[in-house]
Amino acid sequence: MSVVARRPRVGRQAVAGWLFVAPFTVLLVFFLLLPMLYAAKLSLYRSTLVEGEVFAWLDNYRQALDDPEFRRGVLRVVVFGLVQTPVMIGIALVAALLVDEVTSRFSRLFRLAAFVPYAVPVVIGTLMWGFLYSPNTGPLSSVTDVDFLSSGTVLYSLGNIVTWQWAGYNMIVLYAALQGVPREVYESARIDGAGAVQTALRIKTPMISAAIVLVTIFTIIGTLQFFTEPLILQPLNPGAVTNSYTPNVYAYHQAFSYQQYNYSAAISFLLGAVVFVGSYIFLFATRRRSALR
Amino acid sequence: MSDTVTERSTVSEAVSERAATGRTGRTTGGRIASHAVMALMAAYFLLPFWWLLVASTKDNDGLFGSAPLWFSGDFKLFDNLSTLFSHDGGVYLRWLRNSALYSVVSGVGATALAALAGYAFAKLRFPGRNLLFAALLGLIMVPATALVLPTYLLMSEAGLTDTVWAVILPSLLNPFGVYLLRVYAHDSVPDEMLEAARIDGAGELRVFRSVALPAMRPALVTVLLFTMVATWNNFFLPLVMLSDNDLFPLTVGLRTWYQSATLGNAGPALFNVIVVGALVAIVPLIVAFLLLQRYWRGGLTIGALK
Repeated sequence: MSVVARRPRVGRQAVAGWLFVAPFTVLLVFFLLLPMLYAAKLSLYRSTLVEGEVFAWLDNYRQALDDPEFRRGVLRVVVFGLVQTPVMIGIALVAALLVDEVTSRFSRLFRLAAFVPYAVPVVIGTLMWGFLYSPNTGPLSSVTDVDFLSSGTVLYSLGNIVTWQWAGYNMIVLYAALQGVPREVYESARIDGAGAVQTALRIKTPMISAAIVLVTIFTIIGTLQFFTEPLILQPLNPGAVTNSYTPNVYAYHQAFSYQQYNYSAAISFLLGAVVFVGSYIFLFATRRRSALR
Repeated sequence: MSDTVTERSTVSEAVSERAATGRTGRTTGGRIASHAVMALMAAYFLLPFWWLLVASTKDNDGLFGSAPLWFSGDFKLFDNLSTLFSHDGGVYLRWLRNSALYSVVSGVGATALAALAGYAFAKLRFPGRNLLFAALLGLIMVPATALVLPTYLLMSEAGLTDTVWAVILPSLLNPFGVYLLRVYAHDSVPDEMLEAARIDGAGELRVFRSVALPAMRPALVTVLLFTMVATWNNFFLPLVMLSDNDLFPLTVGLRTWYQSATLGNAGPALFNVIVVGALVAIVPLIVAFLLLQRYWRGGLTIGALK
């Protein structure tokens, strides 16, 4: 009886299931799958004055890989990632270990203060730092003669903006991971005579290594797509923050300042593919690792 | 996965327990040093906000001519505010309204669609479910910035660029929200209650509304909050999609002011207007953030599991 009674219900569920996922699926197709395929197609064509759009195989990609401006931009975000990521994750880790160890009213306030910059739009965070860096409106010129917006220093200034905005976010993620570690582990370390600093470095940090790897990957993914901060600071010193400063800035200007849609699509697609493949390799690697533990 | 979920729900209890036992730093010296480091970091994180607050009380001359980190001259905050709302024919207010419109419509819409899909993936059996979900997981890591340009070109062929839809429609897509709500629905919506509602003769939509939605509420609030803030803060998409000044959200609008002020082609400099405009733009976010802390943190820790 139950089999007979259940069959129509499963059929009804199938219809309902499809109706429930349909709107989302339509969006997924129109605003993710289709644009992706369209970018891929565009990147394989070239627009010429005489013949219009012509199929150009991988010419756009070849051009990108040979383009010194594009290569400098890629190198810049890679170097940026290698320097800024460890600094920021280091600050986030120290902060997380501190709020995990010290329970006081102040440490709760500190947690809030560190996290507030994350609630600010990147555009506005960058605007504020732009004013602070400027020798005319900022406090830094009374302390030092360094020009924070020169071509030699602006990358560090951008790194500071990113660190300011995201360190607190990463701190909260790491702090949550620390809270998930069973307390007995620390107790036994204390009985063995380990001090607070030793416990933090030798026990707590390794215990949350999976979370540290994860926030590092997300930071690198963000760095490769670096766009808003350099674009906002650009008018302050267009000579230092050029139109090809990062791959995304380059793709944006290729499309909207020079109407080179095909070339721009190739750059976007290349960047997207690197980020996409990279994230899956890392996620797969970390998943294997956490499964082994 | 479910282990970590239950573990997380006990986090807050663990915190209050520790506070109750009064576990302190082991040595007074260490405690002072820890607090000193935290104070230093807090100063760094709060410095730009302090500067913004002080700067918004100055006029343009004060902004350039007085000590940046302390009040000076006449208190000009209200003058600045009135200039802000009247400058360029009151366009700032339109930007503010646009930001609110985009983030509320996208937030509510994306959350509703993600709730339907997430619930269906978790609790309804339909052919193609696993395949579709695998496709979603496969596409979740496609970086949004790589899609902006082709989306723009497609939208312009459909004649939709420079309309509110150009910003709202792409913002309705939230694959990570679907994933998150699927995980949450899987653990928190009891199968027996679904079955009981069905036996009582409720249709699937009714079952969803009266049984699943209430059980998913905390995760729904998190997804809503994150989508709204993400849309409010979004810059790349509206920058590319919109060229009509009147449709700009705050982020794009303030950038155009900043750009023309720094490049000096806007006639009288309006840096003080930009400063107070930035202040007005972040106040609602900071208030929302302080009031809804619980949900932010919940979302972050679930997000970290991805």
